[in-house]
Amino acid sequence: MSGVAWRAWLLDPAPASRRQARFGRWFRGWRSFSANGMAMAGFLIVLALVLIAVAAPLITDPHAAVAQSLAHRLQPGSAAHWFGTDELGRDIFARIVFGARITLTIVALVGAIVVPVGLGIGLPAGYFGGAIDAVLMRVTDIFLAFPRLVLALAFAAALGPGINNAVVAIALTTWPPYARLARAETITRRNAEFVQAAVLQGATPASILFRQIVPLCLPSVLIRLTLDMAGIIITAAGLGFLGLGAQPPAPEWGAMVASGRQVLLDQWWVATIPGIAIFVTSVGFNLLGDGLRDVADARSA
Amino acid sequence: MAVRAAAGGGLPWRGVGRRVLRTLVSMVLTFLGLTVVTFFIGRVIPIDPVLAIVGAKASNETYDRVRAEIGLDLPVPVQYWRYLEKVLHGDFGTSVITSQPVLQDMLSVFPATLELSIPALLIGVVFGVPLGVAAAVNRGRWPDHLIRVVSLFGYSMPVFWLGLVGLLAFYAKLGWVAGPGRLDVGYDDIVAPVTGIITVDALLAGEYGVFANAVQHLILPASILGYLSMAYVARMTRSFMLGQLRQEYVLAALAKGLSHARVVWVHALGNVWVPLITVIALTFGSLLEGAVLTETVFSWPGLGLYMKNSLFNADLNAVLGGTMVVGSAYILLNLISDLLYPLVDPRARERP
Repeated sequence: MSGVAWRAWLLDPAPASRRQARFGRWFRGWRSFSANGMAMAGFLIVLALVLIAVAAPLITDPHAAVAQSLAHRLQPGSAAHWFGTDELGRDIFARIVFGARITLTIVALVGAIVVPVGLGIGLPAGYFGGAIDAVLMRVTDIFLAFPRLVLALAFAAALGPGINNAVVAIALTTWPPYARLARAETITRRNAEFVQAAVLQGATPASILFRQIVPLCLPSVLIRLTLDMAGIIITAAGLGFLGLGAQPPAPEWGAMVASGRQVLLDQWWVATIPGIAIFVTSVGFNLLGDGLRDVADARSA
Repeated sequence: MAVRAAAGGGLPWRGVGRRVLRTLVSMVLTFLGLTVVTFFIGRVIPIDPVLAIVGAKASNETYDRVRAEIGLDLPVPVQYWRYLEKVLHGDFGTSVITSQPVLQDMLSVFPATLELSIPALLIGVVFGVPLGVAAAVNRGRWPDHLIRVVSLFGYSMPVFWLGLVGLLAFYAKLGWVAGPGRLDVGYDDIVAPVTGIITVDALLAGEYGVFANAVQHLILPASILGYLSMAYVARMTRSFMLGQLRQEYVLAALAKGLSHARVVWVHALGNVWVPLITVIALTFGSLLEGAVLTETVFSWPGLGLYMKNSLFNADLNAVLGGTMVVGSAYILLNLISDLLYPLVDPRARERP
């Protein structure tokens, strides 16, 4: 098919198949998303981050991110070391590139924990209501009222510093809004006709939740996750800065800022450049999340 | 307001009692949840507290005796009950570093945290609310875009990094502000602590030199935290205002002939204050917990730095005590914002 025919097929107001309807919906969403300049900028930043993380060994020598070379320590940016070198003579550019992997790993792991936990608590609370709802939401409210960074700090203190414990600590304070969101989405849909039809066909509650309701909850949950990513990255970097996240010699951006702090006045780039990486990444996720939310709001309105 | 109360068919405070009760119950439950979590953290820590006291060379009898003395041989629920009793009496144990009760330590460092977070909150609200309103009124035009970008940068910025860059630029390079810490060394111990908030103490004592020095130290961290708070407050104000400006009463008020400014700043903003109170309370809470990072960067001897130092000296009592204090402050802020709701929003009073 030619481009024009594709377009017509995608924008057909009377789609002939479920597949066509779905692709058409995605295409219209993409069109309104890509018309939004800020959202596209965010999308490109996040895309670039993912590409850098995946292709890190192709972009730079993996050895350079950890190899110490005291003869070349604290050099300013040059053709050999684009962002200069740190206090142990490691190439800062290589460390930023490989740090993208750590950052993405953290957000992916936190997402992989909070989405199932949030759904697991929110879906039954919304679907069954009553005592189950009351108990589950009370627990959620308790966790919602916890100070995130401080609790993460206490957990990291008890479990020992490290990236896994940082992930657990962040996830533990991030899931409650997801449970609330899943509950709210479930409540608006539990009496819908397609759910009643499924009940009449003899579907079990578990099957209704997983096959009918989860697919409808997921978009708003994932948008919320995108919006939260920036906060997760900043919290993780904060834990890294305090020495409670990824441990040396891992090139974690927050820890890199902390080590550059010692030489801030004379070699400003050591602390400044990883901070810029954190900042750009979190701007990217914020813009992407805002854009996705706008598309979703326009669709539901 | 009087008309509305009459229409509601009862006293303006009807329903408040139940609301307060419900809020209090949920506050108590949240507090208990917090104690369970800190208790749990205190138990899973890999350091054996008995060994820390008796040392590795102690005999088995000594070990068992100390273990019984600190109650570790009791069933877990009993241990929790003892812990809860202590916490409710303000007993968080003794700090290993300072050998003082943790509560006393925290009371002495907390004013420093307040001295930093209160001006920051004021900056955030005083600038954030008008900016958010201005953005909403000019939706889609350049003031809106500018304000959105400024606030986007604010809530995307890692505070510890902004603090370092600020120190580098305004202290090291430009010399406009004083460096880390609360006072220059020469000004230490001139003013006796009354409130513990140095600027206030200096004014009370009439030591204007100390006051000026304290302000010079305060201005950079307070501005940076204020900027981050402003970013969040402006963003939320904008989105609440957009919701209000779409309502029909705005159109009705304009059609009635009220000035645009009056409709925006009195009618629409008046309705926005209700959710904004929660936002402001949350901002204050995040300033208190973010203190761990800012105080580290600025060597500011408040609660955050105290917790961080305790953390790295394995002083678990102090860390958990700090967690309890910040957590309780959080719960208290939630409570205050819940209770302020009906004062600002008449609809919240009439709910059954």
